[in-house]
Amino acid sequence: MKTRREFIKISAAGAGVTAIGLSGVNILGLNTAQASNDQTAASDAEMSVYPTYCEVCFWKCAGWTYVDKKGEIRKIIGNKEDPHCNGRLCPRGTGGIGMYYDEDRLKTPLIREYDKDGNAYFRKASWDEALEYSAKKLQKVAEEHGPECVALFNHGSAGSYLGTLLKAFGSPNIAAPSFAQCRGPRETAWIATFGEAVGSPEPTDIRDTDCLVLIGSHLGENMHNGQVQEMADAIDRGTTIITVDPRLSTVASKSKYWLPIKPATDLALLMAWIHVVVYEEIYNKDYVEQYTYGLDLLKEHVKNMTPEWAYGITTIEPEIIRKTAREMANAAPAVIVHPGRHVTWYGDDTQRIRAVAILNALFGSWGNRGGFYMKESVHLPKPKTPPYPKPTKTWRDAYPGQFKLASLALSSGICDATIPTEDRACSFKAWVVAGTNLPLTLPNMSNTVKAMENLDFLLVIDTMPMEITGYADVVLPECTYLERYDLIRDSPHREPYIALRMPAVEPKYDSKPAWWITKQLAEKMGLGDYFPYDDITELLDWQLKKIGSSLEEMKRIGVKKLDREHGGLYFQKGEDIEFNTPTGKIELYSNEIAAEGFDPIPVYTAHPEPDPGFYRLIYGRAPMHTFSRTANNHNLWDLQKENAVWVNPKVAELWDLKKDQLVWLKNQDGVVSSFPIKVRITERIRWDSVYMVHGFGHSDKKLRRAYGNGANDTELITRVMVDPIMGGTGMRGNFVTFLTEQPQKEAKS
Amino acid sequence: MRYAMAIDTKKCVGCSDCVVACQTENNVPHGYCRDWIVENVNGSYPNVEIELRSERCNHCENAPCVRCCPTGASHIVEGGIVMVTHNECIGCGACIQSCPYDARYSHPEGYVDKCTFCQHRLQKGQNPACVDVCPTKCLYFGDIEDPYSDVSLALKNRTWKVLAPEAGTKPQLYFLT
Repeated sequence: MKTRREFIKISAAGAGVTAIGLSGVNILGLNTAQASNDQTAASDAEMSVYPTYCEVCFWKCAGWTYVDKKGEIRKIIGNKEDPHCNGRLCPRGTGGIGMYYDEDRLKTPLIREYDKDGNAYFRKASWDEALEYSAKKLQKVAEEHGPECVALFNHGSAGSYLGTLLKAFGSPNIAAPSFAQCRGPRETAWIATFGEAVGSPEPTDIRDTDCLVLIGSHLGENMHNGQVQEMADAIDRGTTIITVDPRLSTVASKSKYWLPIKPATDLALLMAWIHVVVYEEIYNKDYVEQYTYGLDLLKEHVKNMTPEWAYGITTIEPEIIRKTAREMANAAPAVIVHPGRHVTWYGDDTQRIRAVAILNALFGSWGNRGGFYMKESVHLPKPKTPPYPKPTKTWRDAYPGQFKLASLALSSGICDATIPTEDRACSFKAWVVAGTNLPLTLPNMSNTVKAMENLDFLLVIDTMPMEITGYADVVLPECTYLERYDLIRDSPHREPYIALRMPAVEPKYDSKPAWWITKQLAEKMGLGDYFPYDDITELLDWQLKKIGSSLEEMKRIGVKKLDREHGGLYFQKGEDIEFNTPTGKIELYSNEIAAEGFDPIPVYTAHPEPDPGFYRLIYGRAPMHTFSRTANNHNLWDLQKENAVWVNPKVAELWDLKKDQLVWLKNQDGVVSSFPIKVRITERIRWDSVYMVHGFGHSDKKLRRAYGNGANDTELITRVMVDPIMGGTGMRGNFVTFLTEQPQKEAKS
Repeated sequence: MRYAMAIDTKKCVGCSDCVVACQTENNVPHGYCRDWIVENVNGSYPNVEIELRSERCNHCENAPCVRCCPTGASHIVEGGIVMVTHNECIGCGACIQSCPYDARYSHPEGYVDKCTFCQHRLQKGQNPACVDVCPTKCLYFGDIEDPYSDVSLALKNRTWKVLAPEAGTKPQLYFLT
């Protein structure tokens, strides 16, 4: 039977029409979310509302959870007072309801066992047993190897509790893939230039900008909510948007200038822009003179980096390079050359983002209206706890003399250092993993698996079964954000804001909040003093009262704006500012990077090109999914079930590929995707590249909806280009070719 | 009074928030939808354009679905909203065939369902759920006969088009181009 949306695809006029929306009948017949016979809209007046902030991604938008009289969660609506969302959640936040209702959720604690034939299986356990077992295992690792051999990988709210536990236990090895696999190079580059990190949410003043420049950043496909909202307003105002991307991203199609750059050459374009700005003397002279260091050195450095030089590298015409540079300069200081977010591409990413930072410095956009505002967050008091024991070794010992400018622990570094080698001082014996699906997050999946196989103990805390849970020794089911309290959201913004997350319903199944899990674990390990409360609401109320609010007030309002205490939103004209860099200035020439033996001003180097028949694998985001974490969410699965590989029509013709044909992808190292992926033939992608949305191709059968849908880009990313400055894992140097027949599986030995 | 919606194709990013917000607001069963996104790509690399449209029932002034309904379940209410009375619908599907916009679907419980412009919200002075959730604020709604309504103001300074004008249905969804 033809579904309705398939029918649209056939009937719609014009070339290249694709309907994105719902399709298909209920294949699994799982209708729990809207199982009642009541098919009409629920009346808001008959529902109870509870404040929350979203956990479907890191933007943490505040909202209200609506619960009907039967105790069913009906919808989640954004909180109008919250600057992260302004009352408008993104599709993932709106569809966050699906996380709660997911029938495939982790339901009870599980302990790995082996049957008499040596086959592993999970046995259901009580909380007490699972926690006791985990505590003993962690303590055993500490006794045998030292507590530093336990590492935490985290993403999201659970990380803060577990981080405290690890520090109390004696391990400083607390990592989040959001650094080395995502925004690490940006933070290192920003610290080297401006003396501080960009942070999250990015303090981009898009609301008041006159020119927004995006280097591969696909706002609108990455639903960084407040930022997307401000970008849409900018489009309304007719703001100049300049997008550099080998793919016609959604925002590229809305830009005044789309620069369809040859992949891996962005740094050459950035240096040519700097050349134009410096040699045409269209930089912000007062700002540069007062605040920056190294203009003369920069001028000499970029002397030969002309638009003509860049043309041969980037394929962007010199006149376009000049014109766009002048557009930016005309808008300065109300111009944003966006620092991006996921920037671990080619291994010279810190240098590329340094060039971005230098451009912003030349325009004087840092600290100016329409550029970057000076963010502020509230300072929440911390309860008194015993001092942490002093660790004797850290993950850094595994990399002597390397990655000194990594401001946070490297998740990939800890992973690599888990695989024992003779010359490594540090090797890890136990991992605690919360809220991050490492096999689909760290590049080179087989390496991650190898590391996990070398562990004495792997504890996973999550809401859903995923690839990572399959490798665990103990799995602890966390309840979803709609069923729990968490710490007060205190992320920075134009004004300091706080937001409360409280449970709208009781936890389903035998799941528990991470604060409870961590506290119980701590008590069993004799570390209970680090969690001086019986219930987290005691801590929240105490903290809130210290800053002039209370739990009772926050339950009513959800979000509260506080007063700024540290200066204005922007620099005052001529204001004397000391930047946290070696010279106290914004460093166009970085002394910090020079001291580590790297180029103090970025130098373009060519990156490997694909062999004939291979195409550069570019990956990105879909607005309706977060990483690999939401693929099984019924509401979001309804919106997008799988990824497709984007292929230019010329390439499709060459390979005789048809629309929606299933192909397997094979990379330069011979790795073949576990599952086939549909071909999307589109003019939106260059002929030397293919594109896919990250996060699909799940191989865990416990994810009944998501299993086997689409291909997993992470398993194809086996060539990792490590950033020598801060250890980021460049992942855009992988090339794939098409297999139109199902490859023969090697027989298992 | 006539309710209408303008959709700014220059702002829409095709995120489908309108789709999932409608689903939760109106209890639309999984696998079905009352609104959806269409992406139209024209040109060849690098001279390519994308049009993104959030689509739904056009609440036509001259609605073929209403004319062909044998039971009168499909009808027009105040403000020009095309509604379906579920318990009068026999699920014959004639309206589904007659709609040039493919805006209707057969609900698993046997009746035909579609966008209501969230009439239950309009009655309380609220916008449709899709309008209020859209992160790009690309949906404008209101009384098109009121020159100061959001939708009228949006149409005033912009070029726009309707879908399938040749069908003569006088649709009330306007796409800003």
